[in-house]
Amino acid sequence: MSGPFDMKNLKLLAQATFEPKTVHRGYAMRTLHIDVGACKATEKAVSEDMKQRFTGGKGFGLKLLWDATKPSTKWNDPENEIVIAMGPVCGNTNYPGSGKSLVVSLSPMTGVPIDSNVGGYFGPYLKFGGWDALEIQGKADVETIVFIDSNEGTIQFYEAPAGLQYDTHLMAEELTHAFARDEKDLQSVSVVSAGRGADHSPMGLLNFSLYDKRRQGIRVKQAGRGGIGAVLRDKKIRAVICRFSGVKQNLNDAADPAAVQRLGLKLHREIVVNDDKQCKMRKQGTAHLMEVMNDYDLLPTKNHKYGQDPKGPELASWVWEKLFSQNLPDGCWFGCTMACAHAVDHFLLETGPYKGTKVCVDGPEYETAAGLGSNLYVYDPHGILELNFYCDTYGIDTISFGTMTSFLMECWEHGVLNLERTDGIDLSWGNWQGAAQILHDMADGKRFGVLAGKGVKFLADYFAREYGADAQFMKDIALHGKGLEQSEYVGKESLAQQGGYYLTNKGPQHDEAWLIFMDMVNNRIPTFENKAEALHYFPMFRTWFGLQGLCKLPWNDVEPSDNAKHTEPNKVPEHVHNYYELYTAITGLPLTWDDLIHQSERVYNFQRVFNLRQGHGLRQDDYPPYRAMGPVLEDEYLAREERYDKQMKEKIGVDPTGKSVAERVRITREFRLAQYDKLIDAVFKRRGWTSQGVPTPEHLKKLGMDLPEVLEVVKRHL
Amino acid sequence: MIKYLKLHDDKCVGCMNCVATCSRMYFKEENPAKSRIQVLGLGAGKFHLVACDQECRKCVAECPTQAITVNSQGVVMINKGLCVGCLACVAVCPIEAMRFFPGDSTPFKCIACGSCVKTCPKEALEIAEKEDSPASRFPFEVAEAARKQEASK
Repeated sequence: MSGPFDMKNLKLLAQATFEPKTVHRGYAMRTLHIDVGACKATEKAVSEDMKQRFTGGKGFGLKLLWDATKPSTKWNDPENEIVIAMGPVCGNTNYPGSGKSLVVSLSPMTGVPIDSNVGGYFGPYLKFGGWDALEIQGKADVETIVFIDSNEGTIQFYEAPAGLQYDTHLMAEELTHAFARDEKDLQSVSVVSAGRGADHSPMGLLNFSLYDKRRQGIRVKQAGRGGIGAVLRDKKIRAVICRFSGVKQNLNDAADPAAVQRLGLKLHREIVVNDDKQCKMRKQGTAHLMEVMNDYDLLPTKNHKYGQDPKGPELASWVWEKLFSQNLPDGCWFGCTMACAHAVDHFLLETGPYKGTKVCVDGPEYETAAGLGSNLYVYDPHGILELNFYCDTYGIDTISFGTMTSFLMECWEHGVLNLERTDGIDLSWGNWQGAAQILHDMADGKRFGVLAGKGVKFLADYFAREYGADAQFMKDIALHGKGLEQSEYVGKESLAQQGGYYLTNKGPQHDEAWLIFMDMVNNRIPTFENKAEALHYFPMFRTWFGLQGLCKLPWNDVEPSDNAKHTEPNKVPEHVHNYYELYTAITGLPLTWDDLIHQSERVYNFQRVFNLRQGHGLRQDDYPPYRAMGPVLEDEYLAREERYDKQMKEKIGVDPTGKSVAERVRITREFRLAQYDKLIDAVFKRRGWTSQGVPTPEHLKKLGMDLPEVLEVVKRHL
Repeated sequence: MIKYLKLHDDKCVGCMNCVATCSRMYFKEENPAKSRIQVLGLGAGKFHLVACDQECRKCVAECPTQAITVNSQGVVMINKGLCVGCLACVAVCPIEAMRFFPGDSTPFKCIACGSCVKTCPKEALEIAEKEDSPASRFPFEVAEAARKQEASK
C-alpha cells in the first residue's frame, strides 16, 4: 500500500524468516529474540520448567531480561532489553480486558526492572505468529524499523526513511499505511514507537497503536512508566511493527472454548447491566474517579500538598463525558466491553508545532486528568487535553511529567525557580501554557526542558546543589520512589497506601495495591497485621494480571450486583473465581485461588531479587518522601489543622494545645515515620522477607524459586 | 425502509415449524438452540416469538470490528469474515435475538430471509417493512458524515 513514503524505496537492511506457529492452550512455547545491532532474529524454546515457574507475561519478561543482562548492566548498555510478553490468556476475544502486553526493561529512571502493562494490538498480533514474548536487544547503527509479519513469517529490518515523521500521531499513521497491504488491512497493523521526548528525557514511553475503524485513524495506548521509550530510542529503533490478519475467536486454542465464551458473556452482561449504575467506565473511563477523589481529599492538588480544592468539580467526570466523542464503547482490544479508552475528536490545539490544527486526543484517563490537572492547579479541561495530546505524541509519560511539573511549580512558588532559571517559562500554579512549553522544549531537546525532563529525583538534588534550595525540603516534596515519580493519589491519610506505593518492586505506581478506601474510609484493616496481609494479598493478586496478559479494570471497576454480600467484597470473589476458571479453560491446567497467588509470588519475589542483583531493592529504597506521608509545611498542616490535632490527641497521645505549628508538624512527622517503619516490619515479615527486605532462602524454596542464581544473590544480603 | 420479520404472538400455536426450518436452513440440522427465531412458551397456550427487529442496532454500535452492519434493505447483517466472536453483541441485545451456540465461533441472528414465514401454518410470521427512524442513527454515523463534510471543505 502506498503511504506518504514509497515502500519500494525503503532500504532493507536484513531479513529473517520463521515458521508461523499456532498457539496451543494459550502458549506458543517459544520466544523471539531480535538483535537490532546485528539485524538478527533467533527463536528460543520455552521449557516446561520456565512455564511452570514463571507462568508467562511479566514472568517471562523478567526471566528473559535476567538471563540477558548482568548485575552491572545499565539501561543504556546494548545488552539491556525491551521484552514484550503476552501471557497465556492474552489475545482471547471473549473475556473483557484480555489484550494486554507486558513490557519489561531495565529502567533509565530506577536502574531496576520496570514493568508496564499496555493495550493496543501489538501483543496479541505477535502472539498469533507463535510467540510468547519478544526480546529486543543490541543497538542499531542506523535508525531502524523492525517489521514482523505474523502471517508471512518474516522479520525485516529497514533503515528508517529520512522523511519519516517523528511525532507519534503522524508517524504511527504513516507506518500503518505503509505496512498494511491495502485499505482493508489497516487494522492488521500495530506500531510500537517512542517519540522525540524519549530522545531527550528518561521519562520517554512506548506507544502501542491500534487502528480505530470508526475514527479511521490511529489510536495509541501507552506503556508509560519507567522510561522504556528512552531505551527504544537508545537502541536507535524508530518503530517495531507487527502485522497479523485474521483475528478470530479462539486463536488461543483453548482447552474448553465454550467455557471461555460462557465466562466472557457472563462478564459482558454484567458490564452492560451494571456499568451505568457503578463506575460508568463505558462512558467516562477512569476519569469517573475525579469527583470521588476530590470529595475524599485524595485528588492531588499542588504537588500533593492537598487532596481537595473547591475547583475540583470543574474537572468532574461529567465534564469529560461531554468532551468524549462518539459516545460509543472504545476498547483497546477486541471483545472488551468495558471499553474505557475514550477520546476527544477534532480537538483544536493552541500551542506548539501543531497549533491551529485539529487532532484526536486519547484520554485523558484519571491519572492524566489528575496529574496534568488538579496537581498543577489546572482546572481548564482544554489545557489538560493539550498537555495530554503532546505528552502522547512526543512519547512522554503523563504521570511522570505531571508529578515532575507539579514539583517544579512548587519550587517556583518557593522561589527556587525563577524566569532566569526556567529560560523564561512562568511556572505559576495553573499555568498550563508554561507546562506545555516545558513539553515542547523536552521534545526539541532544548532549553529548560532538558533539565526538567531528568525527573524529580535528579532535580531535587540539583536544585539543592546548584540553587541553594533547602535539601531536606527538596527531598520532602520530590514525589518519587527509587527514581520513579509517584502516580496520582494522595496517600497521606492511609498508611497502608503509603506501603502500597512504596513497598513495591518498580516504584510508586498504583497497580500493585490501592487500599485507601479499605484503610482510610472504611477502616477494614486497622492493625499492622491487617495492613500487612492486604499488602501481601493485593500486590500478589494484581501481579497475576501481568502474568496473563490481562487488564486489571474489569476485575473491580465493575462488580457483581451481590458483591457486597461476600465477607471480603474488596477481593471481588466472584471475579477471582472467573479468573482461575478462565485460566483453566484456556490452558487446561488446574488452578485454585491459592495457586493463583503462588504464581504471582514466584514472579514477585524473583523481581525483588532482580532489584537486589542490580544493586537496589533493600529496605532503604522503600521509603516515601515525606510529602507522601504527611504535611511537610506549616500551612499544609493548618489547612487540615482539626484533623491533625485530633490525631495527635487520639493516636499519638499528645495534647496539641499551646504547641506551635512547627512543633505540631514535627511531632506528627516523627509519629508517622515511626508508623511507617512498623508497617515495613509487618509487611516484610508477611512477605517472607528479612527485615532488610531480602526474600529468605526458606521462603524461596517454599515457592519453588530456590534457583541457584537467585539464591546466590540473596545469600550476599543475609 | 427496514425489512424485518414481523411477529404475531397472538397467532402462534407453538408448533415450532419456524424453529426447525431456521436451524435446518443455516445449520443443516434441527436444533432449537441453533434457530434465529425463538418460540417461548408462556403457558396457557400462549407463546412469545423472539427475532431481531432490525431497528435497535445496539449490536452495530457495540461491534469492535464493524462486522455488524446494516445492509441496503435495512437488515442488520454479520460479516463472519470480520467477526472475532467476542459476543459483545449477544450481551447488548436487549431481547436476546442475537444468538450463539456454545463452542461455535460466531453469533447468528434473524436476517429476515422469510424461510420460516412459508412454514408457519397460522400466519404468525410475515416479512414486513417499516420506516427507518432517525432515532436509530448512531453517533459514529453522524461523526462520519461530519468528517466527510470537514474533508470536503
